[in-house]
Amino acid sequence: MSGTNNVAQARKLVEQLRIEAGIERMKVSKASSELMSYCEQHARSDPLLVGVPASENPFKDKKPCVIL
Amino acid sequence: MSELDQLRQEAEQLKNQIRDARKACAEATLSLRLHTTLTQGHLAKIYAMHWGTDSRLLVSASQDGKLIIWDSYTTNKVHSIPLYSFWVMTCEYAPSGNYLACDGLDNICSTYSLKTGEGNVHVSHELAGHTGYLSCFQFLDDNQIVTSSADTTCACGALKRASRQPPFTGHTGDVMSLSLAPNTRLFVSGACDASAKLWDVPKGMCRQTFTGHESDINGICFFPKNNAFATGSDDATCRLFDLRADQELMTYSHDNIICRITSVSFSKSGCLLLTGCLGVTDDGMVVATGSWDSFLKIWN
Repeated sequence: MSGTNNVAQARKLVEQLRIEAGIERMKVSKASSELMSYCEQHARSDPLLVGVPASENPFKDKKPCVIL
Repeated sequence: MSELDQLRQEAEQLKNQIRDARKACAEATLSLRLHTTLTQGHLAKIYAMHWGTDSRLLVSASQDGKLIIWDSYTTNKVHSIPLYSFWVMTCEYAPSGNYLACDGLDNICSTYSLKTGEGNVHVSHELAGHTGYLSCFQFLDDNQIVTSSADTTCACGALKRASRQPPFTGHTGDVMSLSLAPNTRLFVSGACDASAKLWDVPKGMCRQTFTGHESDINGICFFPKNNAFATGSDDATCRLFDLRADQELMTYSHDNIICRITSVSFSKSGCLLLTGCLGVTDDGMVVATGSWDSFLKIWN
């Protein structure tokens, strides 16, 4: 049994469970498809997925300068 | 039947009600092709780092008791701030870049002002109140910070007034991590009781509880849109939970990963979930990893 050793704790737990039981839930199929479509829409602008051209990459290894 | 027995019975009935309602919504399963790339497997738990919102400056806490701010483009140190405590669990940048926060063994969240104009960095505010170490915090703005603690609570404090809202209680284990929802005043917390909870900051209450993990949740991160979040756990899995379906959508695990996941981070589009001890910049360009061998590496 989770820690409801006294009446006050038990009342608090029941109140919280009532709140959580009362929420409206969406079907998993709908929730999942919305997440997937968000990913698909934004994948093209995700630098970690599509890469970054070297000219725009501030983290590119810098080549040393050679003074001629 | 005593009142306590009645309440316990009602609690069980409500839990069953929640379980059945979730099942009724689980008419489909999310099936994704899982691409796993194992880069260097540093899964160190005690290492703190965070990107600034400019995606260029990075703060890390080193084990010799200093907070270091790096310019990741030039790899130069911008600030080196000695701390009073050698034991730093977490450090954080305010979204404006004006403040840094870090914790210490004393359970106090100290913020440092970075833009004093004098060149040196000093403690600007201190927020006390937790009775256990601070595991994580995030700035809502320059003045408000949400904290999580080993005392099993989370709290929202106003730095200038050094005051806090009544703590968010409900977890039955150390709270290890939290993540603010994009664009709203909600956040999720992950704890050693293997559950994650969604909290409403203005209302000061817990809205939802998510179970499924079999061990401590160490890392938690909101999806770029505030409908879902991912968790990383001592049970060697990451899970994706959806707020509106009120349940887990997917478990990510890999035969080669048998050790604890200490932190998780989504890429900008949400397509990639990175795990270990790391952070992804706001502009999505890079991933920085911190490890026991004391190197900060930047990957892109």
